[in-house]
Amino acid sequence: MQRKVTTVILSTLVIASLLIGFAGCGQPRLKVATTTSLYDTGLWDYLEPMFEEEYGVELDIIHAGTGIALEYGMRGDIDIIAVHSKSREEQFVADGYGVERAPFAYNYFLIVGPPDDPAGIKDMSPEDAFQTLYQSASARFISRGDDSGTHGKEKAIWASAGYDYEEVRTAGRWYVEGGKGMGATLLMASEMGGYTLTDMGTFLSYQSELALVPIVQEGAILLNVYSVIAVNPESDPNTNIEMANNMVAFLTSPEIQELIGNYGVDEYGMQLFAPCAGAEPMS
Amino acid sequence: MTELWDGLVTALKLIISFDPEVMAIAGRSLAISATSSTLAALICLPLATVIHFNKFRGKRTLINIIQTMFSLPTVAVGLFVFVLFSSAGPIGGLDILFTPIVMVIGQVILISPIMLGLTISALSGVDKSIADTAVSLGASRFQMAAVTIREARFAVLAALIMGFGRAISEVGLSLMVGGNIQGFTRTITTAISLETSKGDLELALALGIILIVIALIINIVLNRIQQR
Repeated sequence: MQRKVTTVILSTLVIASLLIGFAGCGQPRLKVATTTSLYDTGLWDYLEPMFEEEYGVELDIIHAGTGIALEYGMRGDIDIIAVHSKSREEQFVADGYGVERAPFAYNYFLIVGPPDDPAGIKDMSPEDAFQTLYQSASARFISRGDDSGTHGKEKAIWASAGYDYEEVRTAGRWYVEGGKGMGATLLMASEMGGYTLTDMGTFLSYQSELALVPIVQEGAILLNVYSVIAVNPESDPNTNIEMANNMVAFLTSPEIQELIGNYGVDEYGMQLFAPCAGAEPMS
Repeated sequence: MTELWDGLVTALKLIISFDPEVMAIAGRSLAISATSSTLAALICLPLATVIHFNKFRGKRTLINIIQTMFSLPTVAVGLFVFVLFSSAGPIGGLDILFTPIVMVIGQVILISPIMLGLTISALSGVDKSIADTAVSLGASRFQMAAVTIREARFAVLAALIMGFGRAISEVGLSLMVGGNIQGFTRTITTAISLETSKGDLELALALGIILIVIALIINIVLNRIQQR
């Protein structure tokens, strides 16, 4: 008797976990590869149920740096990408992997660091701040180091400040390649008492966990535009282009643009993302 | 230190309250790892008996290779499976990347060497006279193998548990081929990695504790079955 009960309980448990574990394998799905900075702010978690309800599809959100998101797109492993690296996005479209680049939101990058600002770079231009960090070679700088959009911006600032990035990378122990997502890099910079470059949205949503304050926030180069690009069905015949187009229309629709503009305002007291569908800001 | 304590408290709260999201993640981890362990066992037990009971050239080398593959890094298996099943890869047409199915396939590749190698060791530990006696009493080759496995059942079960343990505790492979998709391919270990990167250490610790509890239950259950 006892054996029978155990068997029944066990098989129920196994069946239940199998049902949970493989639920949804046959449903229609849309695969989005998104930059970690959009994911870590919780914006996707917020928008996901609305999209799923409106279009009756399961949204699979894979968060990765811009570099690997573009790679997934080129390989045809996902249907649409949401990233932030204008030059690489334009290349992606020009090479025939993407249909069209649709900017939908922007904010600004900023350099954050310890409140006592050991390198004394407060309110400098981003280029001067990087130059000072390089020359002092003592205050730590934590780089994403993962070929993400933020990492790309960091390289652009080094280039604009007149440095060869390969030299910066190997300049000394003060330059730390974290190799992590945005949130994890902020936590690492906070633990190490170093500086890092971050997007405003992720910084605000992590602020309570961090011993870091904004140090440099003025400079045209700090503009950060997020775009969405459907994978080109000519490059990947299996892509779900219809649903990807729905996603582009969804993100750039007036209602969702307004929700994006208001996202996080109550919680953080300021805007995380400014909507910009159809009117891309220029730096 | 308070983090560890808070993690323990959070874990207990999540377990007692049957938090739906945590239960779904735990169920998914269990389902994927149990499926891959079962499939791996179905492959490895017969294969191990074939290797053990046959003499052939290069047997020693083969066993060495199997044992070397105990150390397969999970991320390397992940990369291999990713490249294989990516749309641009040789069997990309199946379109199963970023689903639980491909995670199971990856885990089978990952844990098969351990199950295979340890089962062969287990069979080697059985006194050869048992097999000989079985044969002299008229047992077929199949019956002889069954008798030997039965003699070695404790060690064979340990091999299966080792395989399951590696499957449920690995993270590199699941992240790479599963994509850590919420409500679909997020398992306990990938959730721990995500929550840690978010700085939510208590929830991450709590999930770690839940994983250990699952492993404990599995071990107790298997040991009870074995003692019958």
